[in-house]
Amino acid sequence: MTRRFLAATSAVAIIAGAAAAQAEDLTLCWAAWDPANALVELSKDFEAQSGHKMNFEFVPWPNFADRMLNELNSGGKLCDLLIGDSQWIGGGAENGHYVKLNDFFDTAGISMDDFMPATVYAYSTWPKGTPNYYALPAMADANAWFYRKDWFARPEIQAAFKEKYGRDLAEPKSQTELLEIAQFFQGREIDGKTVYGASIFTERGSEGITMGVTGALYAWGVKYENTPGKYDMEGAINSPAAVEALEFYKALYDTATPPGYTNAYMGESLDAFKSGQVALAMNWFAFFPGLAADPEIGDKIDFFVNPPQVTAGSTLGGQGISVVSYSEKQDAALEYIKWFAQPEVQAKWSQLGGYSAANSVVNDPAFKDSSAFAGDFLEAMGAVQDFWQEPAYAELLLAMQSRMHDYVVAGKGTAKEALDGLVADWTEVFKEEGKL
Amino acid sequence: MTSNPIDRLARATPAPMAARMRGLSDRAIAWLFVAPTIFLLLAVNIFPLIWTVRLSFTNFRANRPNQAVEWVGLENYTRILTDPGIWQNMQVTAHFLFWTIFFQVIIGFSLAWLINRKFRGNDLWTTLIVIPMMLSPAVVGNFWTFLYQPQIGLFNYVVEFLTGTPAASFQMLGSVTLSPWAIVIVDTWMWTPFVMLICLAGLRSIPDYIYEAAEIDRASKLRQFFTLTVPMVLPFLMLAVLFRGIENFKMFDLVVQLTGGGPGSVTELASINLKREAFEKWRTGYSSAYAIILFVTVFGLASIYVKALNKVKER
Repeated sequence: MTRRFLAATSAVAIIAGAAAAQAEDLTLCWAAWDPANALVELSKDFEAQSGHKMNFEFVPWPNFADRMLNELNSGGKLCDLLIGDSQWIGGGAENGHYVKLNDFFDTAGISMDDFMPATVYAYSTWPKGTPNYYALPAMADANAWFYRKDWFARPEIQAAFKEKYGRDLAEPKSQTELLEIAQFFQGREIDGKTVYGASIFTERGSEGITMGVTGALYAWGVKYENTPGKYDMEGAINSPAAVEALEFYKALYDTATPPGYTNAYMGESLDAFKSGQVALAMNWFAFFPGLAADPEIGDKIDFFVNPPQVTAGSTLGGQGISVVSYSEKQDAALEYIKWFAQPEVQAKWSQLGGYSAANSVVNDPAFKDSSAFAGDFLEAMGAVQDFWQEPAYAELLLAMQSRMHDYVVAGKGTAKEALDGLVADWTEVFKEEGKL
Repeated sequence: MTSNPIDRLARATPAPMAARMRGLSDRAIAWLFVAPTIFLLLAVNIFPLIWTVRLSFTNFRANRPNQAVEWVGLENYTRILTDPGIWQNMQVTAHFLFWTIFFQVIIGFSLAWLINRKFRGNDLWTTLIVIPMMLSPAVVGNFWTFLYQPQIGLFNYVVEFLTGTPAASFQMLGSVTLSPWAIVIVDTWMWTPFVMLICLAGLRSIPDYIYEAAEIDRASKLRQFFTLTVPMVLPFLMLAVLFRGIENFKMFDLVVQLTGGGPGSVTELASINLKREAFEKWRTGYSSAYAIILFVTVFGLASIYVKALNKVKER
């Protein structure tokens, strides 16, 4: 009887073990853009090593938040792994969408000290800065600039610029210089074609204009709160420096962007630049490998970090990779994260066009010279700031979108009124949240 | 020995079933047929409506499953009705409704009147005119975004040709004053054919002998138009206004595609604002109250209008 019992339990154990080790079909959800294609390529190694099959659900950026947040809020099982935006981390943690990874990191020997501090803070932790991790930094990113270096190098353009501003035409060292350069090119005729100054973010629907404006605010040293964690925004986000920064952005929009550029984000910025309409453009580092490799304009462009005005500051992009708590394949999903965190995988990720946040990659002496923008990337990541990552981030973001678009594009009111209105909107949200 | 299909079906029906069916009253059979429809109606229309009313009195948020749902009474309704931003959205919606209906009625009726006259190729013209309403609003929105583009858009060049205003000097979609009109133009372009078709049906329903009698009475063409044509087409026209009014009150896709509610919030219709509240800010309770207010507004206005329409028909 005992033998029979032992044999039976052994068989069950073997079957159970086999089931546990069986290959899974994992689905990774992310935005549809260049780095996602690099991740597909990278993940082939994981498939070969683990036996799991990777499926990908990539959603275009304009619909990414709507689609994925709906999925999470409804407890959907579509995504086992999600590379969600940095702002989602608070809601993801508090609403139970993401698996807390601390125990797994301990077991798998993954240390957050092995990743850039800014990315760990922004992509992984909730509450901010505490050692509670809900994601592994996956794709470091920041907003930066690129320009037509072939136009900058033309002697007649150089001479005209020097005559007007008394200095050489070169990469701007401040936001003021950036504005001057953009205004200099506005309406200028180059090769028989009228060109314009800069393509900047003005999009109203999702996060575009906020990501653009904050680039100016951070460069002026503006903070969201006077005291971190206290939500005391009066005099911080509507300070005289913030007013100046916002007026700068409006001047940039009014005097140095192409006509009809009222609702533009990543795609429009790239289109305007690639079609030879503008001298300067802002966009995320994620697009720079593709730009540099572009056969049409790749050799005609150069890159620079968001210039400081009062201080260095860049708008943070990028995302961490999380395991969705509604997934029924969490073990396999964690396996993927363990694999992805390995230094050699991170190195390959970087080579394929992803932006690794691993110290082993970015601290490599060769990294800085690995591309025309790698040095700028490191500089930017040293001074990045992110938008609110509160669970109510969407309400905070939409309020800012509306206020900024009203002022910058629609020309409604003054910069001070727009920022005072923003403080009022945000105060209402935080009161509702019980944080004020 | 041929038999019709009904006879064959009757023979094929099992006897016990037939017996059971024979035992049912007409009323019961009627209920049997109507019940699935009633059930579906309750499940997909009435229940969600009742549930929305319930949610509108709570602070429920669909993205916060862990948060306790509290009963907040009329707070959501009070907040909405005292929010200047929402009144601005309502004004934008009213502006859009009024002008689109105004232009569509004028142009639609005129086109119907012209098409109704017998001329060579009027069927072809009718087909060409109705093409815009067959397109998807999203496609139309995208298409007109290019037409309005200040640098390459055909619309600006047509305006330049007609008025001499340089094409790149004005932005239909980026201007605070022009963007509401840009939307009115597109909606009018797309939906005027619909009004035209309804008016055409009205015009063609007027018997020729009425005009012949008017001719005998020596009534002028102008008098025939105002005393015969307009009154007889009026119920059709009012029906078209009702359809377009309801449709445009909930307009969403076309405007989102064209302006996204911008610049600023000058083209943010109530429906777009409601979507932001419900599915971007995730204020589910609040947006339920908002939806109920909009529903009551449309329902109330439509009911008054239908009464007026019935009175016109009775004349």
